Amino acid sequence: MEIKLVAYGIAREIIGHSEMKMKVVDKITIGEFKKSIVGQYPEFGRLRDLRFAINEDYQNDDFVLTTNDEVVVIPPVSGG
Amino acid sequence: MLYSYLTENKTKCGYSLDYKLNIIYICLIMSLSLSEKIRYSRHLNLPQFGLDTQEKLKNSKVLVVGTGGLGAPLLQYLTAVGVGTIGVVDFDTIDESNLQRQVLFGTSDIGTEKTSAAIKRLQGLNPHVKFIEHNLRFDSSNALSIIANYDVVADGTDNFPTRYLVNDACLFGGKTNVFASIFQFEGQVSVFNYFDGKEFGPNYRDLYPSPPPPGMVPSCAEGGVLGVLPGIIGSLQALEVIKVLTGIGTPLSGKLFIFDALDFSTRKLNVRKDPQNPISGSNPTIDHLVDYDEFCGVKDLHFSEKYISVEELSEWKKQGVKMQLIDVREPHEHEAANLGGVLIPSKSVELHLDQIPKVGKVVFYCRSGARSAKAIKLLKEKYGYTNLINLDGGILAWKEKFDQAMRVV
Repeated sequence: MEIKLVAYGIAREIIGHSEMKMKVVDKITIGEFKKSIVGQYPEFGRLRDLRFAINEDYQNDDFVLTTNDEVVVIPPVSGG
Repeated sequence: MLYSYLTENKTKCGYSLDYKLNIIYICLIMSLSLSEKIRYSRHLNLPQFGLDTQEKLKNSKVLVVGTGGLGAPLLQYLTAVGVGTIGVVDFDTIDESNLQRQVLFGTSDIGTEKTSAAIKRLQGLNPHVKFIEHNLRFDSSNALSIIANYDVVADGTDNFPTRYLVNDACLFGGKTNVFASIFQFEGQVSVFNYFDGKEFGPNYRDLYPSPPPPGMVPSCAEGGVLGVLPGIIGSLQALEVIKVLTGIGTPLSGKLFIFDALDFSTRKLNVRKDPQNPISGSNPTIDHLVDYDEFCGVKDLHFSEKYISVEELSEWKKQGVKMQLIDVREPHEHEAANLGGVLIPSKSVELHLDQIPKVGKVVFYCRSGARSAKAIKLLKEKYGYTNLINLDGGILAWKEKFDQAMRVV
Protein backbone atom coordinates (compact mmCIF):
# COMPACT_ATOMS: atom_id res chain seq x y z
CA MET A 1 0.00 0.00 0.00
CA GLU A 2 1.00 3.62 -0.34
CA ILE A 3 1.20 6.26 2.37
CA LYS A 4 2.32 9.90 2.39
CA LEU A 5 5.15 10.95 4.66
CA VAL A 6 5.24 14.64 5.63
CA ALA A 7 8.44 15.79 7.32
CA TYR A 8 9.42 18.98 9.10
CA GLY A 9 12.67 20.42 10.39
CA ILE A 10 15.64 18.14 10.69
CA ALA A 11 13.56 15.17 9.47
CA ARG A 12 13.00 17.03 6.21
CA GLU A 13 16.73 17.59 5.88
CA ILE A 14 17.49 13.92 6.47
CA ILE A 15 14.89 12.65 4.00
CA GLY A 16 15.50 15.42 1.50
CA HIS A 17 11.79 16.08 0.92
CA SER A 18 8.96 17.82 2.75
CA GLU A 19 6.47 15.30 1.38
CA MET A 20 7.00 11.90 -0.09
CA LYS A 21 4.76 9.03 -1.21
CA MET A 22 6.09 5.71 0.06
CA LYS A 23 5.22 2.10 -0.65
CA VAL A 24 4.93 0.08 2.57
CA VAL A 25 3.73 -3.41 3.44
CA ASP A 26 0.05 -3.75 4.32
CA LYS A 27 -0.90 -3.33 7.98
CA ILE A 28 2.48 -1.95 8.91
CA THR A 29 2.62 -0.41 12.39
CA ILE A 30 4.19 2.97 13.14
CA GLY A 31 6.99 1.19 15.00
CA GLU A 32 7.78 -1.00 11.98
CA PHE A 33 7.51 1.98 9.65
CA LYS A 34 10.03 3.88 11.82
CA LYS A 35 12.47 0.99 11.50
CA SER A 36 12.09 0.96 7.72
CA ILE A 37 12.80 4.71 7.56
CA VAL A 38 15.90 4.26 9.74
CA GLY A 39 16.98 1.46 7.38
CA GLN A 40 16.75 3.86 4.44
CA TYR A 41 18.00 6.93 6.31
CA PRO A 42 20.25 5.83 9.21
CA GLU A 43 20.60 9.41 10.49
CA PHE A 44 16.88 9.31 11.24
CA GLY A 45 17.63 6.79 13.98
CA ARG A 46 19.21 9.54 16.07
CA LEU A 47 15.79 11.12 16.52
CA ARG A 48 14.96 8.63 19.23
CA ASP A 49 11.49 8.51 20.76
CA LEU A 50 10.08 10.72 18.03
CA ARG A 51 6.29 10.44 17.86
CA PHE A 52 4.42 10.27 14.57
CA ALA A 53 1.01 11.78 13.83
CA ILE A 54 -1.35 9.97 11.50
CA ASN A 55 -3.97 12.09 9.77
CA GLU A 56 -3.58 14.87 12.36
CA ASP A 57 -3.60 12.63 15.46
CA TYR A 58 -0.48 11.59 17.34
CA GLN A 59 -0.45 7.80 17.73
CA ASN A 60 1.57 5.18 19.56
CA ASP A 61 4.07 2.89 17.85
CA ASP A 62 1.60 -0.03 17.76
CA PHE A 63 -0.87 1.93 15.62
CA VAL A 64 -1.56 0.18 12.30
CA LEU A 65 -1.33 2.29 9.15
CA THR A 66 -3.85 2.03 6.33
CA THR A 67 -3.51 2.99 2.71
CA ASN A 68 -3.27 6.72 1.87
CA ASP A 69 -2.60 7.63 5.50
CA GLU A 70 -0.75 10.88 5.99
CA VAL A 71 2.15 10.32 8.37
CA VAL A 72 3.48 13.57 9.85
CA VAL A 73 6.87 13.80 11.52
CA ILE A 74 7.70 16.95 13.48
CA PRO A 75 11.05 16.82 15.29
CA PRO A 76 11.48 19.18 18.23
CA VAL A 77 12.96 22.62 17.60
CA SER A 78 14.35 24.88 20.28
CA GLY A 79 14.77 28.29 18.70
CA GLY A 80 13.27 31.35 20.30
CA MET B 1 0.52 57.14 48.09
CA LEU B 2 -1.15 53.74 48.36
CA TYR B 3 -4.36 55.46 49.39
CA SER B 4 -4.41 57.79 46.42
CA TYR B 5 -3.56 54.96 44.05
CA LEU B 6 -6.39 52.87 45.39
CA THR B 7 -8.96 55.64 45.40
CA GLU B 8 -8.03 56.51 41.87
CA ASN B 9 -8.33 52.95 40.71
CA LYS B 10 -11.25 51.99 42.97
CA THR B 11 -11.95 48.37 43.79
CA LYS B 12 -14.71 46.16 42.55
CA CYS B 13 -16.12 45.48 45.97
CA GLY B 14 -18.25 48.58 46.04
CA TYR B 15 -17.20 49.81 49.48
CA SER B 16 -16.18 53.40 49.85
CA LEU B 17 -12.45 53.39 50.29
CA ASP B 18 -12.59 56.68 52.22
CA TYR B 19 -13.92 54.81 55.20
CA LYS B 20 -13.00 51.20 54.64
CA LEU B 21 -9.33 51.28 53.78
CA ASN B 22 -8.79 47.98 55.49
CA ILE B 23 -10.99 46.31 52.93
CA ILE B 24 -8.29 46.88 50.32
CA TYR B 25 -6.43 43.91 51.63
CA ILE B 26 -9.37 41.68 50.79
CA CYS B 27 -10.44 43.32 47.56
CA LEU B 28 -7.45 42.66 45.36
CA ILE B 29 -9.34 42.87 42.09
CA MET B 30 -8.56 46.24 40.58
CA SER B 31 -10.86 47.94 38.12
CA LEU B 32 -9.84 50.24 35.29
CA SER B 33 -9.05 53.93 35.57
CA LEU B 34 -10.54 56.35 33.05
CA SER B 35 -7.22 56.54 31.25
CA GLU B 36 -7.15 52.76 30.93
CA LYS B 37 -10.73 52.67 29.69
CA ILE B 38 -9.78 55.04 26.91
CA ARG B 39 -6.62 53.10 26.12
CA TYR B 40 -8.43 49.76 25.89
CA SER B 41 -11.63 51.09 24.30
CA ARG B 42 -11.21 48.88 21.22
CA HIS B 43 -11.25 45.88 23.53
CA LEU B 44 -14.21 47.17 25.50
CA ASN B 45 -16.25 47.46 22.30
CA LEU B 46 -15.31 43.95 21.25
CA PRO B 47 -18.09 41.35 21.54
CA GLN B 48 -17.04 38.54 23.95
CA PHE B 49 -14.49 40.82 25.57
CA GLY B 50 -15.69 43.93 27.40
CA LEU B 51 -14.84 45.44 30.76
CA ASP B 52 -14.78 42.24 32.83
CA THR B 53 -12.33 40.59 30.46
CA GLN B 54 -10.09 43.64 30.37
CA GLU B 55 -10.08 43.62 34.17
CA LYS B 56 -9.05 39.97 34.13
CA LEU B 57 -6.02 40.96 32.07
CA LYS B 58 -5.21 43.78 34.47
CA ASN B 59 -5.31 41.38 37.39
CA SER B 60 -3.15 38.76 35.64
CA LYS B 61 0.51 38.01 36.07
CA VAL B 62 2.52 36.50 33.21
CA LEU B 63 6.12 35.34 33.24
CA VAL B 64 7.92 35.61 29.91
CA VAL B 65 11.04 33.45 29.85
CA GLY B 66 13.42 34.74 27.19
CA THR B 67 13.45 38.16 25.55
CA GLY B 68 14.63 36.98 22.14
CA GLY B 69 12.83 36.69 18.83
CA LEU B 70 9.65 35.29 20.39
CA GLY B 71 9.85 37.48 23.48
CA ALA B 72 9.89 40.65 21.37
CA PRO B 73 6.34 40.43 19.94
CA LEU B 74 5.10 38.51 22.94
CA LEU B 75 6.17 41.14 25.46
CA GLN B 76 5.02 44.05 23.30
CA TYR B 77 1.54 42.65 22.77
CA LEU B 78 1.07 41.51 26.36
CA THR B 79 2.08 45.00 27.43
CA ALA B 80 -0.10 46.79 24.89
CA VAL B 81 -3.22 44.76 25.64
CA GLY B 82 -2.91 45.53 29.35
CA VAL B 83 -1.71 42.45 31.21
CA GLY B 84 -1.32 43.84 34.77
CA THR B 85 2.00 42.31 35.77
CA ILE B 86 4.70 40.95 33.47
CA GLY B 87 7.86 39.22 34.66
CA VAL B 88 10.78 39.37 32.25
CA VAL B 89 13.50 36.70 32.43
CA ASP B 90 16.83 36.83 30.60
CA PHE B 91 20.50 36.86 31.51
CA ASP B 92 21.93 38.03 28.22
CA THR B 93 23.01 41.31 26.70
CA ILE B 94 21.93 42.63 23.31
CA ASP B 95 24.11 41.67 20.38
CA GLU B 96 24.00 43.26 16.97
CA SER B 97 23.00 39.89 15.46
CA ASN B 98 19.81 39.95 17.57
CA LEU B 99 18.35 43.01 15.89
CA GLN B 100 17.28 41.31 12.66
CA ARG B 101 14.38 39.71 14.59
CA GLN B 102 14.32 41.04 18.16
CA VAL B 103 12.33 44.15 17.36
CA LEU B 104 12.05 45.13 21.00
CA PHE B 105 15.58 46.51 20.81
CA GLY B 106 17.30 49.23 18.83
CA THR B 107 20.84 49.85 17.66
CA SER B 108 21.61 52.02 20.68
CA ASP B 109 20.76 49.09 22.99
CA ILE B 110 23.66 46.93 21.76
CA GLY B 111 25.74 45.77 24.68
CA THR B 112 23.10 46.56 27.32
CA GLU B 113 21.19 44.04 29.42
CA LYS B 114 18.16 42.61 27.71
CA THR B 115 15.78 42.70 30.66
CA SER B 116 16.37 46.35 31.52
CA ALA B 117 16.33 47.48 27.87
CA ALA B 118 13.10 45.52 27.32
CA ILE B 119 11.38 46.97 30.37
CA LYS B 120 12.43 50.50 29.48
CA ARG B 121 10.88 50.14 26.05
CA LEU B 122 7.78 48.34 27.31
CA GLN B 123 7.11 50.80 30.12
CA GLY B 124 7.05 53.53 27.50
CA LEU B 125 4.49 51.49 25.59
CA ASN B 126 2.12 51.19 28.54
CA PRO B 127 2.63 52.91 31.92
CA HIS B 128 -0.23 50.92 33.48
CA VAL B 129 1.73 47.65 33.41
CA LYS B 130 3.94 46.57 36.29
CA PHE B 131 7.17 44.88 35.22
CA ILE B 132 9.29 42.58 37.34
CA GLU B 133 12.87 42.18 36.17
CA HIS B 134 14.52 38.78 36.52
CA ASN B 135 17.99 39.47 35.16
CA LEU B 136 19.29 35.97 35.72
CA ARG B 137 19.79 32.56 34.18
CA PHE B 138 16.55 30.59 34.68
CA ASP B 139 17.68 27.30 36.17
CA SER B 140 16.66 24.44 38.44
CA SER B 141 17.62 26.41 41.55
CA ASN B 142 15.32 29.39 40.94
CA ALA B 143 12.63 28.26 38.47
CA LEU B 144 10.00 27.13 40.97
CA SER B 145 10.25 30.16 43.24
CA ILE B 146 10.05 32.53 40.25
CA ILE B 147 7.05 30.95 38.54
CA ALA B 148 5.15 30.69 41.85
CA ASN B 149 4.33 34.41 41.60
CA TYR B 150 2.69 34.18 38.18
CA ASP B 151 -0.55 32.83 36.70
CA VAL B 152 0.83 31.79 33.31
CA VAL B 153 4.31 31.14 31.95
CA ALA B 154 5.23 31.85 28.31
CA ASP B 155 8.26 29.93 27.06
CA GLY B 156 10.28 31.88 24.52
CA THR B 157 13.66 30.36 25.33
CA ASP B 158 16.19 29.20 22.78
CA ASN B 159 17.54 25.85 23.92
CA PHE B 160 16.33 22.38 24.83
CA PRO B 161 17.51 22.29 28.47
CA THR B 162 15.52 25.43 29.33
CA ARG B 163 12.49 24.17 27.42
CA TYR B 164 12.40 20.98 29.50
CA LEU B 165 13.06 23.03 32.63
CA VAL B 166 10.17 25.43 31.93
CA ASN B 167 7.90 22.48 31.20
CA ASP B 168 8.80 20.58 34.34
CA ALA B 169 8.66 23.67 36.56
CA CYS B 170 5.16 24.41 35.24
CA LEU B 171 4.11 20.81 35.98
CA PHE B 172 5.42 20.98 39.55
CA GLY B 173 4.06 24.50 40.02
CA GLY B 174 0.66 23.80 38.46
CA LYS B 175 1.04 26.58 35.88
CA THR B 176 -0.04 26.74 32.25
CA ASN B 177 2.92 26.86 29.87
CA VAL B 178 2.21 28.71 26.64
CA PHE B 179 4.85 27.30 24.35
CA ALA B 180 6.30 28.51 21.07
CA SER B 181 9.47 27.55 19.23
CA ILE B 182 11.05 28.30 15.88
CA PHE B 183 13.55 26.80 13.46
CA GLN B 184 14.66 28.44 10.22
CA PHE B 185 11.27 28.85 8.46
CA GLU B 186 9.11 26.79 10.83
CA GLY B 187 7.24 27.63 13.98
CA GLN B 188 5.45 25.56 16.62
CA VAL B 189 2.86 26.71 19.16
CA SER B 190 1.00 24.84 21.90
CA VAL B 191 -0.53 25.33 25.33
CA PHE B 192 0.82 22.85 27.85
CA ASN B 193 -0.47 21.79 31.26
CA TYR B 194 -3.68 23.75 30.81
CA PHE B 195 -6.26 23.09 33.52
CA ASP B 196 -9.73 23.02 31.96
CA GLY B 197 -11.54 22.77 35.28
CA LYS B 198 -11.36 18.97 35.36
CA GLU B 199 -7.86 17.95 34.41
CA PHE B 200 -4.50 19.17 33.13
CA GLY B 201 -3.87 18.92 29.39
CA PRO B 202 -0.80 17.37 27.73
CA ASN B 203 2.66 18.84 28.19
CA TYR B 204 5.99 19.04 26.34
CA ARG B 205 7.15 15.64 27.58
CA ASP B 206 4.00 14.00 26.15
CA LEU B 207 4.97 15.35 22.76
CA TYR B 208 8.75 14.97 23.03
CA PRO B 209 9.64 12.39 25.69
CA SER B 210 13.36 12.92 25.23
CA PRO B 211 15.53 15.64 23.72
CA PRO B 212 17.29 15.10 20.40
CA PRO B 213 20.99 14.19 20.59
CA PRO B 214 23.05 17.30 21.31
CA GLY B 215 23.99 19.20 18.20
CA MET B 216 21.55 17.37 15.96
CA VAL B 217 18.91 20.09 15.85
CA PRO B 218 20.63 23.42 15.23
CA SER B 219 19.75 26.51 17.25
CA CYS B 220 18.86 29.81 15.59
CA ALA B 221 22.50 30.80 15.94
CA GLU B 222 23.65 27.66 14.13
CA GLY B 223 20.81 27.04 11.69
CA GLY B 224 19.62 30.58 11.11
CA VAL B 225 16.10 31.98 11.30
CA LEU B 226 14.12 34.32 9.07
CA GLY B 227 13.67 37.61 10.95
CA VAL B 228 9.90 37.82 10.58
CA LEU B 229 9.21 34.23 11.66
CA PRO B 230 9.45 34.79 15.43
CA GLY B 231 7.31 37.90 14.89
CA ILE B 232 4.53 35.69 13.51
CA ILE B 233 4.93 32.84 15.99
CA GLY B 234 5.48 35.10 19.02
CA SER B 235 2.27 36.96 18.15
CA LEU B 236 0.37 33.65 18.09
CA GLN B 237 1.94 32.86 21.45
CA ALA B 238 0.70 36.21 22.82
CA LEU B 239 -2.77 35.36 21.49
CA GLU B 240 -2.79 32.08 23.41
CA VAL B 241 -1.57 33.76 26.60
CA ILE B 242 -4.43 36.27 26.34
CA LYS B 243 -6.95 33.48 25.72
CA VAL B 244 -5.74 31.47 28.70
CA LEU B 245 -5.83 34.52 30.98
CA THR B 246 -9.26 35.73 29.92
CA GLY B 247 -11.04 32.48 29.09
CA ILE B 248 -12.14 33.67 25.65
CA GLY B 249 -12.20 31.14 22.81
CA THR B 250 -10.55 27.73 23.00
CA PRO B 251 -6.89 27.57 23.98
CA LEU B 252 -4.48 25.43 21.98
CA SER B 253 -4.37 22.78 24.70
CA GLY B 254 -3.92 19.21 23.46
CA LYS B 255 -2.88 20.54 20.04
CA LEU B 256 0.39 21.27 18.33
CA PHE B 257 0.18 24.04 15.75
CA ILE B 258 2.90 24.12 13.12
CA PHE B 259 3.54 26.82 10.55
CA ASP B 260 5.78 26.47 7.51
CA ALA B 261 6.58 29.94 6.22
CA LEU B 262 8.07 28.77 2.93
CA ASP B 263 4.92 27.19 1.55
CA PHE B 264 2.54 28.99 3.91
CA SER B 265 1.11 25.75 5.24
CA THR B 266 -0.30 25.21 8.69
CA ARG B 267 -1.27 22.11 10.62
CA LYS B 268 -2.94 21.49 13.94
CA LEU B 269 -2.23 18.05 15.35
CA ASN B 270 -3.93 16.36 18.28
CA VAL B 271 -1.49 15.54 21.09
CA ARG B 272 -2.18 12.72 23.56
CA LYS B 273 -1.21 12.41 27.16
CA ASP B 274 1.47 9.75 27.56
CA PRO B 275 0.86 7.31 30.45
CA GLN B 276 4.67 6.82 30.50
CA ASN B 277 5.34 10.54 31.08
CA PRO B 278 7.92 10.52 33.91
CA ILE B 279 6.24 13.46 35.69
CA SER B 280 2.56 13.51 34.74
CA GLY B 281 2.09 9.85 33.71
CA SER B 282 0.51 7.07 35.71
CA ASN B 283 3.75 6.04 37.44
CA PRO B 284 5.81 9.22 37.87
CA THR B 285 9.55 8.71 38.34
CA ILE B 286 10.69 12.35 38.53
CA ASP B 287 9.53 14.45 41.48
CA HIS B 288 11.96 17.37 41.30
CA LEU B 289 13.77 19.57 38.79
CA VAL B 290 16.85 17.82 37.40
CA ASP B 291 20.10 18.97 35.75
CA TYR B 292 18.72 19.86 32.33
CA ASP B 293 22.09 20.39 30.66
CA GLU B 294 22.95 16.84 31.57
CA PHE B 295 19.50 15.55 30.60
CA CYS B 296 19.89 17.10 27.15
CA GLY B 297 23.56 16.10 26.86
CA VAL B 298 24.49 19.60 25.77
CA LYS B 299 27.42 20.06 28.09
CA ASP B 300 29.70 18.45 25.57
CA LEU B 301 28.87 20.99 22.89
CA HIS B 302 29.35 23.93 25.19
CA PHE B 303 32.54 22.70 26.70
CA SER B 304 34.21 20.79 23.95
CA GLU B 305 35.45 22.86 21.07
CA LYS B 306 36.60 19.86 19.13
CA TYR B 307 34.34 16.96 18.28
CA ILE B 308 33.87 14.47 15.48
CA SER B 309 30.90 12.47 14.24
CA VAL B 310 30.84 8.67 14.30
CA GLU B 311 31.02 8.76 10.50
CA GLU B 312 34.28 10.72 10.64
CA LEU B 313 35.67 8.38 13.27
CA SER B 314 34.78 5.42 11.09
CA GLU B 315 36.62 7.05 8.17
CA TRP B 316 39.66 7.67 10.37
CA LYS B 317 39.66 4.02 11.39
CA LYS B 318 39.35 2.83 7.79
CA GLN B 319 42.13 5.14 6.65
CA GLY B 320 44.32 4.10 9.56
CA VAL B 321 44.61 7.63 10.89
CA LYS B 322 46.93 7.62 13.87
CA MET B 323 44.94 8.37 17.02
CA GLN B 324 44.42 7.34 20.61
CA LEU B 325 40.88 6.32 21.61
CA ILE B 326 39.91 6.74 25.25
CA ASP B 327 36.73 5.28 26.73
CA VAL B 328 35.69 7.24 29.83
CA ARG B 329 32.75 5.01 30.78
CA GLU B 330 32.74 2.56 33.65
CA PRO B 331 34.40 -0.88 33.30
CA HIS B 332 31.11 -2.77 32.97
CA GLU B 333 30.07 -0.51 30.12
CA HIS B 334 33.44 -0.95 28.41
CA GLU B 335 33.18 -4.70 28.79
CA ALA B 336 29.69 -4.87 27.22
CA ALA B 337 30.70 -2.98 24.08
CA ASN B 338 33.51 -0.66 23.10
CA LEU B 339 35.23 0.92 20.15
CA GLY B 340 38.70 -0.14 21.25
CA GLY B 341 41.05 2.18 23.07
CA VAL B 342 42.05 2.62 26.66
CA LEU B 343 39.52 2.50 29.48
CA ILE B 344 39.88 5.45 31.85
CA PRO B 345 36.61 6.10 33.72
CA SER B 346 35.77 9.81 33.70
CA LYS B 347 36.03 10.14 37.47
CA SER B 348 39.63 8.97 37.46
CA VAL B 349 41.10 10.71 34.41
CA GLU B 350 43.29 12.88 36.64
CA LEU B 351 44.97 9.76 38.01
CA HIS B 352 45.93 8.54 34.55
CA LEU B 353 47.38 11.60 32.85
CA ASP B 354 50.37 9.50 31.79
CA GLN B 355 48.08 7.50 29.50
CA ILE B 356 46.62 10.58 27.79
CA PRO B 357 48.99 12.01 25.16
CA LYS B 358 49.26 15.79 24.93
CA VAL B 359 50.02 15.73 21.23
CA GLY B 360 48.34 14.00 18.29
CA LYS B 361 44.71 13.03 17.86
CA VAL B 362 43.08 11.81 21.06
CA VAL B 363 39.39 10.90 20.81
CA PHE B 364 37.35 10.62 24.01
CA TYR B 365 34.06 8.77 24.00
CA CYS B 366 31.36 7.64 26.42
CA ARG B 367 27.75 6.54 26.07
CA SER B 368 26.17 9.72 24.71
CA GLY B 369 29.03 12.23 24.60
CA ALA B 370 28.29 14.04 27.86
CA ARG B 371 30.79 12.43 30.25
CA SER B 372 33.58 12.54 27.68
CA ALA B 373 32.94 16.25 27.18
CA LYS B 374 33.16 16.84 30.91
CA ALA B 375 36.45 14.96 31.07
CA ILE B 376 37.83 16.98 28.16
CA LYS B 377 36.78 20.22 29.82
CA LEU B 378 38.55 19.28 33.02
CA LEU B 379 41.74 18.22 31.25
CA LYS B 380 41.72 21.30 29.08
CA GLU B 381 41.18 23.77 31.90
CA LYS B 382 43.24 22.15 34.61
CA TYR B 383 46.04 20.48 32.68
CA GLY B 384 46.24 22.51 29.47
CA TYR B 385 45.29 19.79 26.99
CA THR B 386 44.46 21.20 23.55
CA ASN B 387 44.34 18.06 21.43
CA LEU B 388 41.35 16.20 22.89
CA ILE B 389 38.42 15.47 20.60
CA ASN B 390 34.93 14.43 21.69
CA LEU B 391 32.94 11.75 19.85
CA ASP B 392 29.58 13.38 19.11
CA GLY B 393 26.70 11.24 20.33
CA GLY B 394 29.06 8.70 21.89
CA ILE B 395 28.88 4.96 21.44
CA LEU B 396 25.09 5.19 21.14
CA ALA B 397 25.51 7.12 17.92
CA TRP B 398 28.02 4.53 16.70
CA LYS B 399 25.58 1.73 17.48
CA GLU B 400 22.76 3.44 15.61
CA LYS B 401 24.91 4.18 12.61
CA PHE B 402 27.04 1.08 12.24
CA ASP B 403 26.21 -1.73 14.60
CA GLN B 404 22.63 -2.04 15.79
CA ALA B 405 23.41 -5.33 17.53
CA MET B 406 25.96 -3.65 19.80
CA ARG B 407 25.18 -4.11 23.51
CA VAL B 408 25.37 -0.65 24.99
CA VAL B 409 24.52 -0.58 28.68
